This record gives sequence, structure tokens and C-alpha cells, in this order.
Amino acid sequence: MTMRSLTAPDTETLVTGVPAAKKRRHLRRAAESYGFLAPTLILLFVLMIVPIVMVISYSFQDRAIMGSSTDLVGFDNYVAILTDPGFWKATGNTLIFTVTSVAAHLVLGLTFAMLLNSPLISAVPRAIFRAIYVLPWLFTAAVIAVLWRMLLAPNGIINFLLDSNIEWLASPQLALGTVTFINIWAGYPFFMVSLLAGLQGIPQDLNEAARVDGASSVQRFWNVTIPQLRPIIISLLLLDLIWTSQQFALIWMTTGGGPIDVTEVLSTYTYKLAFANYDFAQAATSAVLVLLMSMVLAVFYVRHQKARD
Amino acid sequence: MHRRAVMLAGIATTAAAVVVLTSCSSGGSGESADGDVTIEFAQWWEPELPDGEFRALIDDFEAANPGITVDLVSGPYASTKEQLFAGAASGTMPDVVGLDGAWVNDFASQGVIADLSTLMADSGYDDSELASQVQVDGKTYMIPVVNFVYPMFTNDDLLAQAGIDAPPSTRSEFADAAEKVSALGDDASGWVLPLSLEAPNGVQNDVMSWVWASGGSMLADGQPDLTNDDVTSATEFIGDLWDSGAIASGSFTMKEQDKVEEFTNGRVGMMIDSLAHINLIRETNPDLKFSISAIPAEDDYTGERGIPYASWGIGVAENSEHKDAAFKLVSYLMSEETNSKLSTMANAFPGNTKSVPEFVADDDLFATAFEIYKAGYPANEFTGLPVAEELMRQFGEQFQAALDGQQSIPDALEKAQTAWTAEF
Repeated sequence: MTMRSLTAPDTETLVTGVPAAKKRRHLRRAAESYGFLAPTLILLFVLMIVPIVMVISYSFQDRAIMGSSTDLVGFDNYVAILTDPGFWKATGNTLIFTVTSVAAHLVLGLTFAMLLNSPLISAVPRAIFRAIYVLPWLFTAAVIAVLWRMLLAPNGIINFLLDSNIEWLASPQLALGTVTFINIWAGYPFFMVSLLAGLQGIPQDLNEAARVDGASSVQRFWNVTIPQLRPIIISLLLLDLIWTSQQFALIWMTTGGGPIDVTEVLSTYTYKLAFANYDFAQAATSAVLVLLMSMVLAVFYVRHQKARD
Repeated sequence: MHRRAVMLAGIATTAAAVVVLTSCSSGGSGESADGDVTIEFAQWWEPELPDGEFRALIDDFEAANPGITVDLVSGPYASTKEQLFAGAASGTMPDVVGLDGAWVNDFASQGVIADLSTLMADSGYDDSELASQVQVDGKTYMIPVVNFVYPMFTNDDLLAQAGIDAPPSTRSEFADAAEKVSALGDDASGWVLPLSLEAPNGVQNDVMSWVWASGGSMLADGQPDLTNDDVTSATEFIGDLWDSGAIASGSFTMKEQDKVEEFTNGRVGMMIDSLAHINLIRETNPDLKFSISAIPAEDDYTGERGIPYASWGIGVAENSEHKDAAFKLVSYLMSEETNSKLSTMANAFPGNTKSVPEFVADDDLFATAFEIYKAGYPANEFTGLPVAEELMRQFGEQFQAALDGQQSIPDALEKAQTAWTAEF
């Protein structure tokens, strides 16, 4: 008590009207919050913000990384990339590859998910089918690429079975379709597993009610199953569009973007700019353009997620 | 309690930041308090050599040079390349680096590899024993440690079945043999031509080799010259082979290892390949009878034949703080004795002119290859060129379009010439 009476008057309280102790408590609480968040925030900053800002800054430079000194060149790199026919060819191929893959992933994933969810199949065959269908998902891109290169080689098993000598990956007419097929094979299990979880979450009452109302199986599919799965389907589609549009390893290891440029996609185009041409400025520019395109999809995804919440 | 948690979080954050920052700034090599140094040596050689043999060679170096420790950073070729380019960008290149001739120009112009001419002069090194040096603007940046030459391999049984009793030595004989082998059926093809755009070195080893074998060149005064008669003649010769169906299927996505596999499995009559694969072929298919010859030349050509080669080159990083120790390692690897050992274990020809690999005396095929090597001259015009791999890829794309019938070969050469000129 004596000590407190000796303390000087709290001038801050007099000026602001907020007791200093209360303010300190607020500050301490805020400091605590940020103290807990700090490791994540720093990692986020170091691992995401810094690289993205660096890549964006490279896209405005000349001879970025490779030059001992660099100059700012404004939008020159953007003009160079956007006027390069190779970029648009890669964009077109990316579009075909992505849209076809994602659509097929959905159809195959839903078909297999419904098969696995069907009461017509008993538990043991269902477990076997589930293991078989999910297998492609367990392989890495490198294994998938090597596996399919061997299967589709002119002297490979597929041609042996078909008694043909088709150059599945080396033919300019077939290569894009072939790598798309491989990507479909590699990616449908993600849809299958997610949609199976969704199907198992649909209350049986809804189907029962529809059946009592006289709905056929097709009507039940379109009016019960699909509306129930819609939020999952939209999330999966958006995520898969983002992932597939950036597929690199599979294409690089099967065709390298060739023959000629028929399987060149934006990721292989960017990689070649960086690691074959050593033009990191233009590679960064291409990467920023890909980022912008992905951002459009990401915005849709976030808006969709928010709407769900 | 809360305060302690905040403090712990703060410590964790600081520690994480310190770890991140130190890992960013570390160059990898160092000097201890007693003056001992550790140098890093990044290369793709160790994984390609028999287990433990390269490390043993380096152990000998450490024993002979107390105070220097060598930290081997080994990985496959492609990842070594990416690691070096990333290290070049961040100034953290290992002290000693394994180099491919195709990278030298880019590294030298970026100023990230040291001028070896200066290091040689400073240390009083006698370079007269070096078989070759890769230079940019008159300064040496890479020394080829060992060279792998690419002669022609022929499957003797397949050729015999096709009625050919000796490996072809001219283009006409080659075309005749290739067509006859392809006519045998049963998936047999006369020649195998890898033109993958992922690893486009087929352009160097399997296409341009035909130009060099007849003394031709793809350059004029150091500049691209793809439309000259030599290149046109060689590429049209390949185009004719393609049209006649003498080339194995799948060329456009085929890589070097696919080529070797096709030959090893007895499906192709002829291929141009590295001597490094002789043992692999023998181990994989001991029954395969094959020979080695010089790459066929134009029918009326009588001059020396260029034989393509690839090198395991070595250089020193400009950012190295221990260039003296680094150059000691370089000179050790280039010494007569060590270079003999290394070339023996790699099945390659030595970069030191006095070194003699043991396999030359022990093995007929290598002895033949050595004769071919000595009778001709090593040729690889991509060595030292800017963005060499990209040049191969640009050529490969145009050449593929020509073989696919989308354009003529002269048009392909014209377009490749334009693309190349833009890179110089």
C-alpha cells in the first residue's frame, strides 16, 4: 500500500482514459497470440511470400539470376512470352490435357465409387476392387511414366496384345491423347475415394423417399445422388483443374514435351526456359502467367468453400 | 505459464529463422581452427562407377594431402546439373564441380566458374599433358578428365542374317545394311536413332556425328552454319533412312538408354553409342556378338574421321574460398597415374595424354576403339556453345517435323539455323 501511494500518477490514464494496466494486458494478449502464430507466419513468409515476390521481381528483369548484373526491363518479358507462338501452343495443349483429364477423372471416379458403394457387391469382392482401383494412386509420377513407357513402347505389351506397331508416345498424332490417357489412369482414384466417402454420407432415407415417390434409378441418380454430391464434386473439379494444369513430371518423363511440340504444356515450356535456355527471367514471367491463371481457379475454389461454410 | 509459452514460441521462431538463414548462406565448405579445410566436390561420376572405387581414389588424395578433406556430393547427371545451376544462382556452388562441356559457356559467362588458366599459372601446373581444355574467350574453364567416344556398334549376327559380312564403312554401305536388316522382319531394325526432346543429346551423338565423321562442321567461324552442304547431306541421308523404314520405331521419344536396350536385346543391327556401355551390354546379354567400327563416312571421303565424344569435365567454383585445395584435387585427378585408374574404372579414354587405361591391353573391343580414336579426331562442336542443350532441342524439334513430313529437310535446317542464331 505504501509503495503504491508513492508511485507517480498514471499520466496515460489521465490522457486516454484507458488504464495502463488494462492496455498492457491487451498488449500481452496480442503478443501471446502473435507469439504462437509467429513460427507459422515466419515459415509462410520465408517459404511462400518471399519466393513468389522474387519470381515476380525476376519477371521484370533482364538476365535474372544468370547475369552478374540485371536491368529492369518493365513488361518486355511479358511481351516476349505473350507473343511467342510456343507459349500459346503450350497453353492450348494444357487446356486440352487438363479439361479432358478432369472430365474423365470425374466420370471414372464417380462410376467406380458407385460400383464400390453398390449393395449388389459383397464385402470381399468390394475390398478387392477397391484395392485394384486405388492402385494407380499409390505410384509416383516417375513410376507411372516408366511403367507406361514400357507398356506403350513399339515393342511393348500393348502393341503385342493388339498385334500392332503403333508409336503411342512417339507419334505426333497420338502423343497428346496418350499422355492424357496416362494422366487419367493416374488421377481417377482421388475422385473415386472422395466421391465414395460422399456417397456413403448420403442418408438412405432420401433414396427411400424417392423410391416411394416412384423415381426410377436414373431419376434418383440425377435428383438425389448428384445434388448431394455437388459440393464435393465442385471442390474436386476445381482442385483437379489446378493440379492437372500444372502437371509436369509425367509429361516430362514420357515425352519431354515432344514429339515436336505436341505435348508441350505450360509446365514443360517454363522448365525448358529455365533449365535448357537458362533464361530465368522469361521462365519467371511464364510462371507468373501460370500463377495468374491458377489464381482464377483458386478464387473460384475459395469462394465455393466460403459459400459452403 | 503463458509467459513461458510465449518465450518458448519466441525461441522456436528465432531458432527456425537462424536455421533458415544459415542454411541459405552456407557454402558448404569450411576451414577448421587448425587450418584443415573441407572442400565439396559435386559430380555425377560416383554413381556411374563401381561401388566404392571413386571414394577410394579420393581417400588416396586425402592421404596424400593431409589437411584437405573432400566431401563428395554425388547424384545422377540431371540432378547434378540442376543442383549446379541452382548453386550458381545462389552463389553456393561446391568448390570443385563435375562439368559437361555443354554447360561451360553458360557458367563461364555467368562468372560462376573460375578461370583455370590463372589457377594453373599460379600453382605452376604444367598443362602439356592435358589432352584438351575447354575454353571460353581464350581462358580455360573446364578440363576433360575422361572422354567417352561414340563409335558405331554392329550386331554381327543380325548383319550376317541379312547377308552383310563386314560392318559398313560408307554411308551407302550403311544404308544398304540397315535396309537389309529391317527387311528381316521380327521387329528387327537396321539402325536406332534416339531423338527425345527430354534428353536431346541424340542430336549430338546420333545426328551430327554423321557430319563430323565426314570431316564436316555445323559451325563457321564459331557461328551456326546448319545450312551448309555437309549438314544438309548428313541430315538428308538420315531422312532417306527414315523414309525407307530402316530406323527403329519410337525415335521421337527415345532416349539413350532406350537405344542401348534395343541394341542389347538384339532388335537393331547398328547404333552409335558410348564405349561406356560395352560392359553393360555384355552383362545384360552375354550371347550378343557385336563389333565396334568407325562411323561410316561419305562414299568418296578419305580424310580423318571425327568421332563424337562426351567428357566428364572438371572445374572450380569462383565462389570457392579454397581454390588452392580445389585445384590440388583437379591436378591429382589429371595426374598420369590417377587418370589411368579413373579411365580404367570408367571405361573411358584418359584426359591425360600419358595415361593408358588397362582395358586397352586387356580387351579387343576397347583396343579397336582406341585405334579408331587415334586414327580420327575427337569431335563435339556443342562443347563450349551457349545453351548447348537447348540448341540440340531446337534442332531436334525441326528435324522431327521434317521426318514427320511436315516440312522439308532444307526448311528444317533453315528454321533451326534461325533459332540457333538467336542464341549466339
